[in-house]
Amino acid sequence: MTGPGVQRSALAIVPALNERRSVGLVVQSLLRDAPSVDVLVVDDGSTDGTGAVAAAAGALVLTLPYNLGVGGAMRAGFKYALRSGYAAAVQVDADGQHDAAAVPALLSALASADIVIGARFAGEGEYAVTGMRRGAMRLLAATLSRALRTELTDVTSGFRACNREAMTLFARHYPVEYLGDTVEALLIASRAGLKVAQVPVVMKPRLHGTSTQGTLRSTLYLGRASIALSLAFIRRWPHDEVADVNSHEARQEAR
Amino acid sequence: MTSARILPLFAAGFTLFLMIDLLRRHQLREKYAILWLLVSVSVLVIAVFPGVLANAARLTGVQTPSNLLFFIAALVLLVVCVQLSWEVSRLEDETRALAEEVAILRLDAEKGRFQPPARE
Ligand SMILES: Nc1nc2c(ncn2[C@@H]2O[C@H](COP(=O)(O)OP(=O)(O)O)[C@@H](O)[C@H]2O)c(=O)[nH]1
Ligand SMILES: [Mg+2]
Repeated sequence: MTGPGVQRSALAIVPALNERRSVGLVVQSLLRDAPSVDVLVVDDGSTDGTGAVAAAAGALVLTLPYNLGVGGAMRAGFKYALRSGYAAAVQVDADGQHDAAAVPALLSALASADIVIGARFAGEGEYAVTGMRRGAMRLLAATLSRALRTELTDVTSGFRACNREAMTLFARHYPVEYLGDTVEALLIASRAGLKVAQVPVVMKPRLHGTSTQGTLRSTLYLGRASIALSLAFIRRWPHDEVADVNSHEARQEAR
Repeated sequence: MTSARILPLFAAGFTLFLMIDLLRRHQLREKYAILWLLVSVSVLVIAVFPGVLANAARLTGVQTPSNLLFFIAALVLLVVCVQLSWEVSRLEDETRALAEEVAILRLDAEKGRFQPPARE
């Protein structure tokens, strides 16, 4: 990897699509409650002035020329963080659901893991998720806990911290297809040999507006996530490539 | 096994293998692969159990089973073509937007190079 070495501590990456009413508060609370962290808002083709509000609140703003989706926005954010020499990045949603005060805890947990999830249902606070989506979340959490051999209670949480290894992987391979991106990202990370851990957090309801996940989407969520997971299982990830090279060298030596 | 069954079996197996290999090597996006995986699995089923096609033809009232197959194949190809046209239209829009962005950025960069902006 070219570019400057690691100089700066951490960058909060905030993917935002039409969140004018909440993005300002999110940026302000990050600057206040996580003062060691720089804030980057990735404005993904918003039409409501989200970018201007974020900049006025004191964030760096990456303006994408058209909508790339959360995955594309995060890839752009990770690339920026890598090139600017940040040692860690943490994803924080623009809707106010993620508590800025928990960011330092997530970052310090990176001492013993490559990726740290800020997880609901881990004892802290209550957060109501209804019916089908809750069931899907439970099933996915159980499946991934098995695959990753770690107890994970909230694999769909977008509140995550990554170190440079994880950022390097995600800048190239963060899932862009909305098929269960957050879940698939964890599987990719574990296939690439990264360690995932979780920290319990309180999650708040959205400040304004509605989630992009309506009832229909929730119902389709499980099916899409299963497809994404099966695909992630058969695909090759950097770790496999490394393993392949090693076994190739071993074969050469045996000769 | 008759040679008439070996050919479709071979074709289906080959497509399936090709799709999975392209996916494994990240050469194909999921949304396109899923369609072709479905198609190759269906062909595989028909190749192994030709009775399925005959039954489907009887149910739909098509006299010759192979005509049903051709009809479905034409329909699938039509849908794929429409989808690809749609994707190409989207890509054209996106590259145009990128060109606009680059032109504006170039002007900004050149302005910065030739006349440094006044500082307060
Ligand atoms: N960059 C980008 N962000 C998005 C997009 N859609 C949603 N978001 C942001 O992603 C975050 C999570 O979205 P949300 O709808 O609350 O999903 P949920 O919390 O999983 O229900 C919010 O900060 C949204 O503004 C998108 O297409 N692009
Ligand atoms: Mg949300």
